[in-house]
Amino acid sequence: MTSGLWELVLKGIWTTVQLLVLSAALATAVSFTVGIARTHRLWIVRFLAGFYTEVFRGTSALIMIFWVFFVLPLAFGWQLVPLWAGTLALGLTYGAYGAEIVRGALNSVDPAQREGGIALSFTPWQRMRKILLPQAVPEMIPPFSNLLVELLKGTALVSVMGMGDLAFSGNLVRLALQESAQIYTYILLIYFVIAFLLTRLMRGLENRLKAGVGKAPEPAVSVRRSETTTVGGGVS
Amino acid sequence: MKWDWGAVRDFLPHFWDGLLVTLQALVLGSLIAFVLGLVWALLMRTPTRWVRWPVGVVTEFIRDTPLLVQLFFLFYVLPEWGLAFSALTTGVVAIGLHYSTYTMQVYRAGIEAVPAGQWEAATALSLPMRRTWTAVILPQAIRRVVPALGNYVISMLKDTPMLMAITVLDMLGEARLFSQQHFQFTEPLTVIGVAFVLISYPASLLLRALERRLVR
Repeated sequence: MTSGLWELVLKGIWTTVQLLVLSAALATAVSFTVGIARTHRLWIVRFLAGFYTEVFRGTSALIMIFWVFFVLPLAFGWQLVPLWAGTLALGLTYGAYGAEIVRGALNSVDPAQREGGIALSFTPWQRMRKILLPQAVPEMIPPFSNLLVELLKGTALVSVMGMGDLAFSGNLVRLALQESAQIYTYILLIYFVIAFLLTRLMRGLENRLKAGVGKAPEPAVSVRRSETTTVGGGVS
Repeated sequence: MKWDWGAVRDFLPHFWDGLLVTLQALVLGSLIAFVLGLVWALLMRTPTRWVRWPVGVVTEFIRDTPLLVQLFFLFYVLPEWGLAFSALTTGVVAIGLHYSTYTMQVYRAGIEAVPAGQWEAATALSLPMRRTWTAVILPQAIRRVVPALGNYVISMLKDTPMLMAITVLDMLGEARLFSQQHFQFTEPLTVIGVAFVLISYPASLLLRALERRLVR
């Protein structure tokens, strides 16, 4: 491969990383907003949040991307820059999966903790911020780590829309060189390395957060995904 | 926002064609994923690390890399090696292979959840290894993991639109073709989006009911 083609791949990596960071940020915001809304005391708030998660988990990420790229401009008359359109579609879809993680972790906090908060006459928001979230967040990290890898895999979908991410640069180089096996092996390896780095990062974050609430970090397990029900599994 | 029911009506015949292809891909892909996942899970239990280690690395690699790029890999590389399949076959193989690395984890969890007493009883009855697996362990393990496998069928359904990228005319492929021919994007894309929700939500409710019955 010539240096010009490598430059293309590097640009692709940069686009993928940008898209990953932006959509992960949006997905996190959506997860916490919707996940916390699902534990709200008003049924209408719970219902709307539940409706959101079911709709966005029910449909496919690629269809969301098509919808944001093609239908949104026609329907509302404003067109997004490809990077933001991709961020919106991926963030909303994976945010719906994340919302289930947040809800599950909040529900798994010992009920006595919440009751303790009520007894101390904390407001609901104080209870959430000072009691529930600090204990729930460390539990969310392993499933979020899996979801982040799924999101990384999801970012490849924008290449279908002609956005110059890593997968797209792979297609371009294939057209230039006609050596599919070599090129796609490189591309897959790069994705794998990024995924590996992400899981390491999340493992470190988990240890720090667990230390913060006085829990010993769990011994490193050989098989990472004991709970594979995030994106894979719809039901939880 | 204009909504044209006429376009929906024109799209419907294409929609049914696409749905058929999607379901074909889903059923065949699931079969591959179920069988291959079990093979991976059993290989991971062999005593020698010379089998476990490569299987572990390969499945981890497949699981952590995008299905879309794997599709491109199979679609463009296999013909170079002299193996030419139709686009749908390639897609089915890719999706089945990708999801077998997930179902493998499910089987592993199911096998580990079989109580140790069952193994000991099989040893006490001096059942041969083969019979221990087929008559004692797997029937109990698989019963437990059916709902989890079902979850992966649902998420496989949501990944089938990717086959469009390798020219398969599944639901999304049909929708895109129709939009490009008629310059009507809103209706076909919305119709298939709603169709996915209408299929996957009841399916997940069904699985929840199944889970209550099977896993106790």
